[in-house]
This record gives sequence, C-alpha cells and structure tokens, in this order.
Amino acid sequence: MKYESQRVSMPYFIFALILFVGQIVFGLVLGLQYVVGDFLFPEIPFNVARMVHTNLLIVWLLFGFMGATYYMVPEEAQTELHSPLLAWILFWVFAAAGTLTVLGYLFVDYARLAELTFNEYFPTMGREFLEQPTITKIGLLLVILGFLYNVIMTALKGRKTVVNIILITGLIGLAVLWLFAFYNPSNLATDKYFWWFVIHLWVEGVWELIMGAILAYVLIKLTGVDREVIEKWLYVIVAMALITGIIGTGHHFFWIGPPEYWLWLGSVFSALEPLPFFMMVVFAFNMINRRRRNHPNKAAMLWAMGTTVMAFLGAGVWGFLHTLAPVNYYTHGSQITAAHGHMAFYGAYVMIVLTIISYAVPIMRGRPYGNSNTAQVVEMWGFWLMTISMVFITLFLTAAGVLQVWLQRIPDSGAALSFMAGQDQIALFYWMRFVAGAFFMAGLVVYLGSFFIKGQASPEEEVRGPATADA
Amino acid sequence: MAERFTKSMARNIYLGGSAFFVLLFLALTFDTQVRAMPERDNRDQLTEEVVRGKHIWENNNCVGCHSIMGEGAYFAPELANVFDRRGAGDTEVFKSYMRAWMNAMPTNIPGRRQMPNFNLSDEDIDALSAFLEWTSKIDDNNWPPNIEG
Repeated sequence: MKYESQRVSMPYFIFALILFVGQIVFGLVLGLQYVVGDFLFPEIPFNVARMVHTNLLIVWLLFGFMGATYYMVPEEAQTELHSPLLAWILFWVFAAAGTLTVLGYLFVDYARLAELTFNEYFPTMGREFLEQPTITKIGLLLVILGFLYNVIMTALKGRKTVVNIILITGLIGLAVLWLFAFYNPSNLATDKYFWWFVIHLWVEGVWELIMGAILAYVLIKLTGVDREVIEKWLYVIVAMALITGIIGTGHHFFWIGPPEYWLWLGSVFSALEPLPFFMMVVFAFNMINRRRRNHPNKAAMLWAMGTTVMAFLGAGVWGFLHTLAPVNYYTHGSQITAAHGHMAFYGAYVMIVLTIISYAVPIMRGRPYGNSNTAQVVEMWGFWLMTISMVFITLFLTAAGVLQVWLQRIPDSGAALSFMAGQDQIALFYWMRFVAGAFFMAGLVVYLGSFFIKGQASPEEEVRGPATADA
Repeated sequence: MAERFTKSMARNIYLGGSAFFVLLFLALTFDTQVRAMPERDNRDQLTEEVVRGKHIWENNNCVGCHSIMGEGAYFAPELANVFDRRGAGDTEVFKSYMRAWMNAMPTNIPGRRQMPNFNLSDEDIDALSAFLEWTSKIDDNNWPPNIEG
C-alpha cells in the first residue's frame, strides 16, 4: 500500500463480507423452502427471503467494487484519494440505507413498505432485483455519484493508466444504466425491455469492465509482468465483452414481446459472449506462466485463476447451454436459468471481489507479502469448499432444470405435467442442492476464519518459490 | 500476443467496437420500440384497470415467487398464460377463478409451498386479472411451449 488513503477501502470490504454471510443464510432458507414449502411461513415468505438474498448480493458486490476502486485508483494514479472523508461519509450512508432497506423487507409487509415510501407517486418497486423502495434507489444513485466524483477527481490529478480508465468507464456505465431503474412504464412489455438495460447491461456489459480492470491490476501486482502487455490484453478483453454483450442483450428479448429479428441477433451475439471470459482464462494463466516474480500471496493468485475459470464455466459455458433461441424456447425461466445465474455470479463477481480482498486486505493489515502460510492454507480451503459446493449447486440445479423441461415444457398441452406436479418430481435434486448449499456455508465460515489467523508471509518465500523468473 | 499487435490497436478495437455496437443497439431499440412493439404488445387494450393491476402486481412483489413471460422467480407457476390455463381464455371465468383462488390462500397444507393472502379487495383482484389477461395477449413469439407455462 503506497498511499494512506487507500485504507478507506477496508470498511467497504468488511461490510461486503458481512452482507455476504447474510446472503448465504437467506440462500439456505430459500433452498429449504423449495422442499419444505411452509418453512418459516408466514413470517418469512419465499418472496421476502429471495429479495433479501438477491439484493444483499447486489449490494455487497457494489461494496466490493467500491472498496476495490478506492484501493486501486490512488495507487494507479500515484496520488492520494481526492477525499477520504467523502468516502467514509458515503460508506455510512450506503451501509445505513442498505441495512434499513433489508430490515424493511424483513419486518414490514411489502405492500405496506410501498405505501410508507410513497411508491404510488413514483412507482419503481416490485420488479425483480429492483425491489428497493424508490427512496433507496435515489439514495444509491447519490452514493454512486459521490463515489464517482471522488474517484474521477483522484484519477484526473494523477497518472492515467489503462486499468483506471477501464475501471472508471465501467463505473460510469454502471451509474448511467442505473437510471433505467427509475423508468417503469405501465406497459409491461416496454417495462421489461428497459429493465434489461439495468440487469443485462450491468452483468454482461459494464461489470465485465470492472472485473477485467480488477483482474488486470491484481495480475500486474502478483506476476510483475510488464504493464504494457497486461493493458493490451485488458483492452482486447473488454472490447470483446462489449462487442458481444451489447447486442447479446437480445437473448433476453426472445419471449417478452420484441420482434423476431432478436431471435437471430440474440442467439448469434450471445453465443459469442463466452469469448471474453475464455480470453480472461488464457490471459490469467499466460501472465502467471510469464511471471517475473513469485509473490508469496498464493491465496490471491488462486482466487485470480479461479475467478477466470469459474466465470468462463458459469457465465460462458452455462450461459451458452441455453442461449440459442430454439433451446431457450424450452429452458427459459426454468431451473436451468437458476443454475447459470448461481455459477455466473459466483465465478465472475463474487470471486473477483474475493480476489482483490485476498490481495489488498493483508497489505492494509501490515502484511505486505500476504498472510501467514497457515492463514493462506485455511483461506484456500475456503476457496475450494465454496467453489466445489457451487459446482455441485449448479449441477444439481441443471439436473433439476433438465427434468423440469422434460416433464413440464416438452410434452404437448394435456400431456405435460403442471408446474407444481413437476416440482414434486424433482425434489430430490432440490434436497441435494440444499446440502451443497450447506457445504458452501461451511466453506464461507472457513474462509472468514482465515482472517483471524495471525502472522504474515515473509519475503524469502518469494525467493525460494518453485519457478525461477523465466519470462 | 505478437508485438505487431500494439496497445493502441487494441485500444482502437475497444473504442471503435464498443461505439459501433452501442449505436447499433440504440438503432435496434428505436426500431423495436417505435416500429415493432405497437403492433405486438396489444397497447390499445392497455386500460386504466390493467395499469392498476400492474401496480397491484408490483406492490405485492408477485414476481418474488412467480415468473411472468419467464422472468421472475421459479418457485411458483408462470403467470403470463394463466388467463388461458385457468380462465380458458374467458374474462368472466378467469375473474371468478382469481377471486376464489386469492381468497383461498394460504392453503396451510403442511409441507406445501404457501402463497400469502394479500387481503385484496374484489376490485383489486379484478384489476390484477385484467393485467394478467392483457399480458397473455402480448405477441411473445408463441412462448411458452404449452399451457403449463
């Protein structure tokens, strides 16, 4: 850590991990409700638990992105953060608003919450992932704008690296696209079309810029490979992400009203969407092979490799599985979608945040070479437990989805099972998914435990690493 | 990557490529929204009651369990075609079905998935029915594949 103000990222990372725990707890509640339908009913109905699960995910990833940005931008720009005070104020505003919103979901009836927050005057609630009261949405916009101001002022007064430019471009895109969360026309077909401008263009558009920038930054630090090489890769990866991902939005337009040409456009371009993720895998492994140093923080290196592989599998392969229109006609809105969503979010966004945390937090804690060997081993146990559990969650949901499609979607009307009859048939896979979820929780506990192990890696580890500098 | 492929070439692909596809996307959006959708989304039937039904749909977070046109949660049945499935495509049949259904919730059958009772008035339920009926008539390229959704 070269600049004192980078330290402001610490509360963001800590709060992100706290919310991560909440997200997984509610994930387990949901997993159980899938098989024990009346679990916690009527206190916490499924829709409430799901809202908490998904909104916590989005909010903690945003905390993670903000923490990453506050850590990276000053160091890349080679200057102190414009205003650490503003960053602290925004932290508390965001944390308070996020906490209040989740408490509102849990303790106030949703229709009452809509009433209390005057939703009727500016209705934006009740749409998937955008369930937040309008006032929370406005608050989030203000937090993002304050954050962007702080970061852009910092970047402008210092060195302008490609990492900073791509990262900030992604964040500006995130802010601009958020504006569509306020557009809720009374025509459902139009509403859905522009809803995807937030959802798809975030996760399959600008968030990939943020992910790419964080990955590039961590690889520069861990491998010591020439910045010119890494930045060239970064440009090509984010170029591919936008070239495929923007028109790839069309894969969401198949069955919600837009005309038939989207069947072709969406299929062709989204079939190419795995490319940027595949390039990230090649990029990460290539840079690591060409490394000029053996950084003693091996855990961070594992996360950096892991995020590319899992993002490629989850977003790339599992996305491709059901993205072609003739396939999607049968799989749309089935458990296949859920399978893809889980692995894609974990691989691309959860793991990239955990990558930067794994790299930056030890440095901020006065361990410039990383945590002690024991702590790293425990952290890597957390990595494998969570990652393998997520693979199994995805496989079980995929099996459930294939059966669901087979029973409910493929037969003709009259022969097809009803939704609930089909759900009963596939309950075994939901049980196995729940067990895999419990292992994920165990992995998360192990991972968090690694933060409480004292000691740090020593610089000698770097010298006696296995590979000599062969770049 | 080969040395002939320089960083500024990579940057130009990024800037040029994304600018081109942003513009293409905006043009396609214009075509979809202005030319195509009025023919497909049945907007001339978008009555006050349908709009009210959409707000009831949103204010009770129905999409937190159900899917509508395949989007939402996958915990409860698809509702974009429930008008055909439960109302046999008849407005009056569907309205009476909806009133009976909404008032019978929750079933409280042990171990079964439960739908809360949202304490909606008959007028609210009718508006919700109108919204679902309107939704069922959007041209969505013939999705879902069968009546079960």
